[in-house]
Amino acid sequence: MKVQSRIEEKLSRPGVEHLEVINESAGHNVPAGSETHFRVVIVTADFVGRSRVARRRIVHRALADELQGPVHALAVETWTPEEWVARGHTIGESPKCHGGDGSLPSK
Amino acid sequence: MATKIPLPILNPELDNPGTAPAKEAAATLRSRAEGGDIMEEIRKETSENKVFLYMKGSPMMPQCGFSSRAVQILNHLNVPFGHANILQDPEKRSAIKEFSEWPTVPQLYVNGEFLGGSDIMMEMFESGELQEALGLK
Repeated sequence: MKVQSRIEEKLSRPGVEHLEVINESAGHNVPAGSETHFRVVIVTADFVGRSRVARRRIVHRALADELQGPVHALAVETWTPEEWVARGHTIGESPKCHGGDGSLPSK
Repeated sequence: MATKIPLPILNPELDNPGTAPAKEAAATLRSRAEGGDIMEEIRKETSENKVFLYMKGSPMMPQCGFSSRAVQILNHLNVPFGHANILQDPEKRSAIKEFSEWPTVPQLYVNGEFLGGSDIMMEMFESGELQEALGLK
């Protein structure tokens, strides 16, 4: 849970209305208990008027250390409060693993 | 967001969804094999190809679910695209992250512009913006 709680901590900023950090590592070719693959869902009015790329760059910047270190894959959903309501609070699904690229210890 | 992408469909009308003329500057860009550096090669790839995907594995055999999803979306739209397998090119693997200021792969370029990774592709596909960006509607 160490990496997961660090991500949660770094993204829990004023103005964030909803935050989910989901460890998806179990669906990938890494040992049990790994913290390598994450999905982040973040909802804040700060995203209003920003492009998809710009929104994610904010998240990437906040998690720069994690992305250079233990985090191998990061799916990011960035919604404004209005968009989050419009999509019925649904979270996206990550694709099935294709075996990995060999850069991580495997199962 | 949980929409499953159906298998690629054949649409003869979309067989050749426009080959934009390569930008003027592209003519002078060199790949590494031609004496350029890695950044120049990336500029060349992204400017000479209307659609270009940096991915893990090949379109026939993606080696990552996110890259596979990116390929599926483009195939579903019947869009021809160039690709680079960054797993076979460690120099490009690190350079593309710097070039795009984006930490993950896949990365999609359309008309020389960075569009995003597989999450953004999926969102834009579902909203129809990707089809628009690709000139399909």
